[in-house]
Amino acid sequence: MEALLSLRGLSIAFGGLRAVQDVSLEVARSSLTALIGPNGAGKTTLFALMSGFLKPDAGQVVFDGQDITGRAPHLNARAGMTRTFQIVQPFAAQTVRENIAVGAHLHIAGRSAALAEAERVAVRVGLGDRLDQPAADLTVAGRKRLELARALATRPRLLLLDEVLAGLNPQEVGEMIPVVRAIVDDAAGQGITVLMIEHVMQAVMNLASHVWVLAQGELIAQGTPAEVTNDERVIEAYLGHGTAARLRGAGA
Amino acid sequence: MKDMIRIVLFAVVVLLATAWLESGVWLTFIMMTLYATLLAQAWNMLGGFGGQFSFGHALFFGTGAYVQAIAQLQGGFNPWLALCAAVLVSAGVGAAVGALTFRYGLKGSYFALVTLAFAEVFRIVAVSVGFTGGGVGLMLPLSESAANMQFASRKGYITLVLGFVLAALAVTAWLRRSRFGAQLQAVRDNEDAARALGVDPWRTKLGAITLSGAFMGAAGAFYLQVFQYIDPAIAFGPQVSVEALVGAIVGGMGTLWGPVLGALVLHLLAELTRNLFGALPGINLVIYGAVLVLIVMFLPRGMAGLLDRWKRS
Repeated sequence: MEALLSLRGLSIAFGGLRAVQDVSLEVARSSLTALIGPNGAGKTTLFALMSGFLKPDAGQVVFDGQDITGRAPHLNARAGMTRTFQIVQPFAAQTVRENIAVGAHLHIAGRSAALAEAERVAVRVGLGDRLDQPAADLTVAGRKRLELARALATRPRLLLLDEVLAGLNPQEVGEMIPVVRAIVDDAAGQGITVLMIEHVMQAVMNLASHVWVLAQGELIAQGTPAEVTNDERVIEAYLGHGTAARLRGAGA
Repeated sequence: MKDMIRIVLFAVVVLLATAWLESGVWLTFIMMTLYATLLAQAWNMLGGFGGQFSFGHALFFGTGAYVQAIAQLQGGFNPWLALCAAVLVSAGVGAAVGALTFRYGLKGSYFALVTLAFAEVFRIVAVSVGFTGGGVGLMLPLSESAANMQFASRKGYITLVLGFVLAALAVTAWLRRSRFGAQLQAVRDNEDAARALGVDPWRTKLGAITLSGAFMGAAGAFYLQVFQYIDPAIAFGPQVSVEALVGAIVGGMGTLWGPVLGALVLHLLAELTRNLFGALPGINLVIYGAVLVLIVMFLPRGMAGLLDRWKRS
């Protein structure tokens, strides 16, 4: 079957910094895949290129058979591709319910129907008891849930999750993984495809069926989580040149 | 629904007070406070709900006033018809300015400066061209009749401006309870997050500035009908722009009743100081400035924010 999202030779440079270089990948329908890589590898930039927040210098983004390269983010959201932000972006002055309703309004015109939908989504991500709190009063973990809820409320076909676990303490990560898991399980039923950027390997191993590894703007490896974590290039990208050989030596 | 009941109550109170009062001073006070409310509420639609702080709202006000005058004097329009033209043209100017500035992503102080510049350009044009009467301005011949939108008593004007204020309140109540309003506030609070959720920021802000321009235009037309005179400095000068934004900020941006409260408090203060200091010209602007500084420092959410805090505690 044709991929839901394919990137073909995507590149962008900021001045002399080549943030993303010739990246091609295909996201299969109804899959949960992950994009990993060291800090500064260009993961978030790649998300921005997919969702239309940045225009690539070269290459193509094809979503559901349509070339959407450089198309405005709100049009992509309407077409069914919604991203979250690594640095959470709540509508701080508004309540949790109102925040999520903005997402729900994408497909629901009526105010009360959108608020009711917001309530249902909030319960799914575990924010059901904080509906009337201003978003500014939420903890970091709460804001991550809110980010997720708002995106879900748009009823996406492709959900781009940018580090929904980053900045959480181990306990919060432990609480959040089942939330993401449940969404993915529901998602499979509804045919939602999820692509996540994640640093927390526990989550990647737990959730993703396929992993892409980005380092210095280039795709250096891909495969199942087990395959990529044993890949020498991946280990070196994270831990430095020559590490793989030393680790092998130490193990022998 | 609750908002609508309150708006109707507000209308009843104003009408009763107007019917009961005979003192010209108080009737003028009510009229000017309602007029200031209209300015503040119009500014609030774009500034309070959309987060786009205009410093040149006189642009739309002056356009409304001049269209109202020119349509009658040179077009031979009936004033009620002229009013429709004034509102439409001001809304159109709002849309045009919005289309340009928002297309190029101007925000914050840049947006404020550009609106100020547009108002100045219009002022200079109004001084320079013939059909505006140049620096001398335009005078409306006196002819008192309701059909002519000129009333013998303040009570007629109060009814007229109350109608505009009620319409502005109804639109603001709608902003609080509608998809468009939710999207507008989302753009105000975080434009990128709004875009990611499918909101078109350009179109949303354009809608807000068009609405805002329409109500400012109505205020300009009203001003002309009351004072029967307009010149470039009154129409496009900073006084109206400041009055609009101070009323909204003091009262509480992004709220329904804040601009009403702000206009009332400022006009009460202005009246009091006028009694204290005599007719020192411009003293009301000094007071506005001082109040604005105090509010921004101690009550960033305005008087409406203060009321909220009371209600909660």
